[in-house]
Amino acid sequence: MSDHKTMTLTLIVWRQKNASDPGKFETYTAKNITDHHSFLEMLDCVNEDLILEGKEPIVFDHDCREGICGMCSQVINGAPHGGQERTTVCQLHMRKFKDGDTIYIEPWRARAFPIVKDLVVDRTALDTIIQAGGYTSCHTGGVADGNAILIPKPVADEAMDAAECVGCGACVAGCPNGAAMLFTGAKVSQLSLLPQGKGEAAARVKAMTAAMTECGFGNCTNHYECQAACPKGINVKFIARMNRDFLKAQFA
Amino acid sequence: MILDGKCPTGPIEQTWDKHRFDLKLVNPANKRKYNVIVVGTGLAGGAAAASLGELGYNVQAFCYQDSPRRAHSIAAQGGINAAKNYPNDGDSIYRLFYDTIKGGDFRAREADVWRLAQVSNNIIDQCVAQGVPFARDYAGYLDNRSFGGAQVSRTFYARGQTGQQLLLGAYSALSRQIKAGTVKMYNRREMLDLVVVDGVARGITVRNLVTGELESYAADAVCLCTGGYVNVFYLSTNAMGCSVTANWKAHKKGALFANPCYTQIHPTCIPQAGDYQSKLTLMSESLRNDGRCWAPKKKGDTRPPNQIPEEDRDYYLERKYPSFGNLAPRDIASRAAKEQCDDSRGVGPGGRGVYLDFADSIKRLSEDTIRERYGNLFEMYEKITDENAYKVPMRIYPAPHYSMGGLWVDYNLMSNVPGLFVLGEANFSVHGANRLGASALMQGLADGYFVIPYTIGGYLTTVKPGQVKEDHAEFKKSVEDVNSDVNKLLSINGKRTVTDFTRELGGLMWENCGMARTKESLEKNLKKIPALREEFWKNVKVTGSGADFNQQLENAGRTADFLEFGELMCRDALHRNESCGGHFRSEYQYDDGEAKRDDVNFCYVGAWEFKGVNAEPELHKEPLQFENVHLAVRSYK
Ligand code: SF4
Ligand code: FES
Repeated sequence: MSDHKTMTLTLIVWRQKNASDPGKFETYTAKNITDHHSFLEMLDCVNEDLILEGKEPIVFDHDCREGICGMCSQVINGAPHGGQERTTVCQLHMRKFKDGDTIYIEPWRARAFPIVKDLVVDRTALDTIIQAGGYTSCHTGGVADGNAILIPKPVADEAMDAAECVGCGACVAGCPNGAAMLFTGAKVSQLSLLPQGKGEAAARVKAMTAAMTECGFGNCTNHYECQAACPKGINVKFIARMNRDFLKAQFA
Repeated sequence: MILDGKCPTGPIEQTWDKHRFDLKLVNPANKRKYNVIVVGTGLAGGAAAASLGELGYNVQAFCYQDSPRRAHSIAAQGGINAAKNYPNDGDSIYRLFYDTIKGGDFRAREADVWRLAQVSNNIIDQCVAQGVPFARDYAGYLDNRSFGGAQVSRTFYARGQTGQQLLLGAYSALSRQIKAGTVKMYNRREMLDLVVVDGVARGITVRNLVTGELESYAADAVCLCTGGYVNVFYLSTNAMGCSVTANWKAHKKGALFANPCYTQIHPTCIPQAGDYQSKLTLMSESLRNDGRCWAPKKKGDTRPPNQIPEEDRDYYLERKYPSFGNLAPRDIASRAAKEQCDDSRGVGPGGRGVYLDFADSIKRLSEDTIRERYGNLFEMYEKITDENAYKVPMRIYPAPHYSMGGLWVDYNLMSNVPGLFVLGEANFSVHGANRLGASALMQGLADGYFVIPYTIGGYLTTVKPGQVKEDHAEFKKSVEDVNSDVNKLLSINGKRTVTDFTRELGGLMWENCGMARTKESLEKNLKKIPALREEFWKNVKVTGSGADFNQQLENAGRTADFLEFGELMCRDALHRNESCGGHFRSEYQYDDGEAKRDDVNFCYVGAWEFKGVNAEPELHKEPLQFENVHLAVRSYK
């Protein structure tokens, strides 16, 4: 099936045994890579070679490999997820590279995301933000009919735009301050746009932004690198929206 | 042994309500004394953990990913069914029930399916309350689309990311309970054993995937919500970490495995491009609402699709199934695609593909409308194939997607091991031999939000809380057993990688136990799989240590289980001398190629009991009775 030309690439990959190891870059060669390999499949090939040589393969997070679980997380040549618009690392394909290229691969780097091993980081801080208030406090059962609450299409659509966030953390990795404003803004906005979430909007935005600070995420200084890094195209307008919600909440 | 599903009797419309009333309740003050373990945080697990925590039970939830929000339910694209009848097109609970029984080719229990249809409406309400942004019309009402196997529009959706939105809804409910302290969440843990004490499920052994440590957790009940097993085919639409491991460990501890041969091969996936490939990507079935499936009429026609004129195209689904057309159920659509390719009329690399063409819809509705409906899917298609499906038809081919089989459970979702409950795709209960589109999400959430909260109480009232603790000898033994497996895998130091074995097993399964199976092909596998398993345990190479983050070791354990499970799957397929739903035995078909069911001899659930790795498992049967839906040949013509 492989009637394609193949490429050989040089990979410079961050290797770090565990959280306390200082870590360093190692150089590897990826051979026989085609246009149709995904970036992670290219790494699979390198790992197969490493295993057969008796070496430890490169550890990286991944699961769905179709751009929706948010588990994959690599900085490629300085750009989270490789910098292709609306694309996660697992969806990035090798046709974007050419024979002989050198590729730098690093983990997310942010104060709130300690490195676990190699390219794997600990993102539980994002869960902590959601736990602080990223929900409506409805109980299982005993809720109203789905059509009892009317939500005109433009509102539902805008909430959906925000809800598309996959929780990957690229926005944090891309931000010079390591802020989680885009991630948090998206959830806050989704819920405050919808009638179901309005009641708790003030308490929610306060709790979630407080959690953000406690977890060690930085402040927003309007670089908008987050939006550029986001594989789901989450718009920075949701940060502005959250800021407005936050201001309103101070007077609520 | 004749199995008893303990289904309530009487008029079907009243079964669930009556059963709920008959179930004993746990006193609210006592609930917090009960520990419940939930393994897996997909739709079933996330919903169960959140709902049980909210009721006041002490819940411990586990997932192998770094966050409970990542379970593979998240990848479901198309939608979720409910019998709301909002479009006024003739839907009802009864019709959803009927469609699901028929779609499953009469191999599911009526009472379970009825309950699913009944609670389907509550699910939509629940998700709306959570803030799931379902598609709406301009007036603000919920929108519906059509899906395969149904003639009504009952599918609710959130763009092409319905699974994601529903899962994030469940995750948010779960997060709220984690915050409230009723649920303790353990990320990056993989369940590697079920601990059974005196025949009762009492806890689990997990591996901490970061430190490699083996940990014991005791509880009064264990809920497995651990998904399906189609990664046994190696290439599938499942996430890389999906495995049969949790279910298989439970099976080895006594839980019966029901209908393992029922696997769903989804008709609309992106065809394989090369041998290095690690997974297949699904294109939502909803595309069949507006896309037309065709293959060239002439064999070996290599002209680009746009140059093949109408008269040389075979719109084979519309031709064969005029009343359902492109919306024929999945098993039928998949086999039809395979037939075209087997007949040398396939397209794309290797001739394993057919076209899904949107040209007519674009003409009728405009490109913008199609973009609005499926934009993200077209985008995904382009990322993978580098082709623009607005201009050239998509190429699709069937791929393993879902498992209807799973651990056997009774009406209360409890396995034959007391205290072990199984929810969602991990159990076998409602889809029979074939699952209809948009009903997996429905089942996961039904089990988690609206079934287990009631039925687990019925069980817990019969046990004293906290009888067995982690210091019990069975927990220690379990840890030792798991540890010895881990050490063994690391010490082999052979010549082949884990992936190499997984790929070979997957090839055997796809070739001989895939979309079509024969006695001969299955018997071949029953020889080859044990041999491959033996080689695995002599020749696999796993580097690194057990006391560390070691992804190869994780994969090795999963593959070792698939190598045992694959054999059971083939055995089940071999014993079932009929074709039904996703199980197509080439020997059993009508002249026109339709599946030939044998209701006289096989109208039962086949549940297997483990007897040892190289020993023959024992088959137990649960006869199926159809009192409400007439047992008939399924026709979609
Ligand atoms: S906002 Fe974008 S980059 Fe940030 S976590 Fe969500 S999807 Fe990832
Ligand atoms: S692996 Fe799931 S988004 Fe990349």
